[in-house]
Amino acid sequence: MPRGFDKRDAIVLIGVNHKTAPVEVREPMALKGLDQEPLELFRSVDHVREVLFLSTCNRVEVLFTSSSPGKSLAGLKGIWAEKSGLPLGVLEEHLYEYRDEDAIRHLFMVASSLDSMVVGEPQILGQLKDAYRHASEQKTTGMVLNRLLHKAFSVAKRVRTETKIGSQAVSISYAAVELARKIFGELGDKVAMLIGAGEMAELAAQHLRAGGIKRLIIANRTLERAVELSHELGGEAIGLDEIEDAMIEADIVISSTGAPGLVLTKEQVKRTMRPRRHRLLFLIDIAVPRDIDPGVNDIENVYLYDIDDLKGVVEENKEQRAKEAKKAERMVEAEVLKFLSWMKTLDILPVIQGIQAKAEAIRKRELERSRKRLGGLTKEQEEAIDVLTNSIVQKIIHDPIIVLRKNASNEEATEVLLDAATTLFNLDSDL
Amino acid sequence: MDKFFFTLALLVYCVSFVGFFIHMLTLRKEAKRWALVVLTFGFILHGTSIGARWIEAGRPPFVSFHEALSLVAFFLAGLYLLLEIKYRLKTIGTFVTPIILVTMGAAAAQPQKIVPLPPALHSVWLPIHATICFVAYAVFALAFCISVMYLIQERQIKQKRLGGLFRRLPSLDALDVMNERCIKVGFPLLTIGIVTGSIWAEEAWGRYWGWDPKETWSLITWFLYAAILHQRLTVGWRGKRAAIMTIIGFCAVLFTFLGVNFLLHGEHSYATGF
Repeated sequence: MPRGFDKRDAIVLIGVNHKTAPVEVREPMALKGLDQEPLELFRSVDHVREVLFLSTCNRVEVLFTSSSPGKSLAGLKGIWAEKSGLPLGVLEEHLYEYRDEDAIRHLFMVASSLDSMVVGEPQILGQLKDAYRHASEQKTTGMVLNRLLHKAFSVAKRVRTETKIGSQAVSISYAAVELARKIFGELGDKVAMLIGAGEMAELAAQHLRAGGIKRLIIANRTLERAVELSHELGGEAIGLDEIEDAMIEADIVISSTGAPGLVLTKEQVKRTMRPRRHRLLFLIDIAVPRDIDPGVNDIENVYLYDIDDLKGVVEENKEQRAKEAKKAERMVEAEVLKFLSWMKTLDILPVIQGIQAKAEAIRKRELERSRKRLGGLTKEQEEAIDVLTNSIVQKIIHDPIIVLRKNASNEEATEVLLDAATTLFNLDSDL
Repeated sequence: MDKFFFTLALLVYCVSFVGFFIHMLTLRKEAKRWALVVLTFGFILHGTSIGARWIEAGRPPFVSFHEALSLVAFFLAGLYLLLEIKYRLKTIGTFVTPIILVTMGAAAAQPQKIVPLPPALHSVWLPIHATICFVAYAVFALAFCISVMYLIQERQIKQKRLGGLFRRLPSLDALDVMNERCIKVGFPLLTIGIVTGSIWAEEAWGRYWGWDPKETWSLITWFLYAAILHQRLTVGWRGKRAAIMTIIGFCAVLFTFLGVNFLLHGEHSYATGF
């Protein structure tokens, strides 16, 4: 658009995620060990005006605005490859690249957790907020990214509150924790016990820890492994023969031993109920073959879930979530359109500013010229003339500016109007 | 005048129930907020109706069956609102408002004309005894609701059917704790109700205790709740068993409150036939 004004900056997003790049590529791209601030690094690239750097375990992305996106992209990729120690070719092979509308959509999808490995998981929004806070502390964001990020946060919030996308557990260990919540409500005063210290049990224990349980008891065939895990997760280690005593205190039991036979029989569990004062007991058996006698579920106030039960819960939730994701995507789409129409209003800003500047310049010049002929004036008179001329100018340019603003979201009309305004006010030659 | 407010309150309670029901279906927070506002409004209207009746009758409106039902519903609505302010329990409203509505409906079906109070019953003990008993009934009705919710939720979790209802009901522990609280409040109230009743009986009929059907049945009810509380505090009976016991206890309350009136006759019958 040869109008003598810069076209507004382009919004560009490049990055890698769990779908496009293996962890060996994602890791160095996070630029963790660098002594230089990545934001500074990226901002120093030619034409880059605003920049944001998002790095999580599943994705690394750079979002920036640039007046010359092609040049900036090349520069940015070069510097990213250099600093991460990856060959440029490798980097380019895994990178995705989005511009303007697509970049906005991608950001909204990421914020709403629609692009996550586990769709609907809530952490990503917090990570994005942190990244934004960091960027704004470093003062690398400006008008466009500020607005874009705030919009992304509000879209994410809308998706979360208006769809049920985040309301169901889609991993087995998380489903176990959700179930525990439905049985116990708050987990703050509950005691959990792990029988067997396998990977699955560890994962479930981490979820329980995050859920806020009070104590963790870890029972294992080899005590060393139990002690090791108890250091890692913060808990008490016991031997397998102490299980029955520990059951008296435990509210949640997760069993995952590799034992060929039963580890907990119905009789054992029944015996503990009296000393437990019939407190609710939630047993999760994720071992194959099973550790806990299925008949345990028949005991009053005892709830036993095995791996298949939990899988059933997860499958049901996944289907539900896929449906909700569709709804969320429609919501994102609507918000992208809204943001684009705001972006278009940015096109007219330089023209409006040009009109205002020109009018003001004319006023100043004419005022200066007439001052000599007006002779000596009192201060009040001078002020009155200033106010008078100013209000005449403002009134004259008021309507054109209003018309420009009103049509800003209509692309065709804007095109015509901007050309007309530029010609009528002869903005090209003056500025 | 009281009739006008009573009918209005009944209608407003209906609206509030619809609100709670919508909340249950959609899980929209606004629906519940509005339902609570509407319920509060209904509660105020209901209170106005009771006050108007008191003035009109020139005696406490605790005499006819209509009045008794209306009061129980009134206390139940008030109690639920209190509970909601204090504990914020997900979807209890959807279970409590129908009971309020049924009680109100029963009250509406009863003859509403004001009957004179038999001279023997003129006493300060009338409002004291009746209020305490009715509040106790309302508390037990609440405990009943919570127990029903507990049994539904318990069944879902036990049978591993984790559908929409499962997501909409509070956790087992929360329901159990709430049940315990209700019994702990309701039982002392019932005790005081029986004691004040016998003091009044002494004053009116010259005897503390006469094995009148109402007296007998309230004693049976008292023993049931005493057993529930005792078992919970000593052996730790809780969960499903406590819920079932609470429901049985409430059946006894219903019989004491209604059955005695219709099936057996004694001096305690509400003054419908006067």
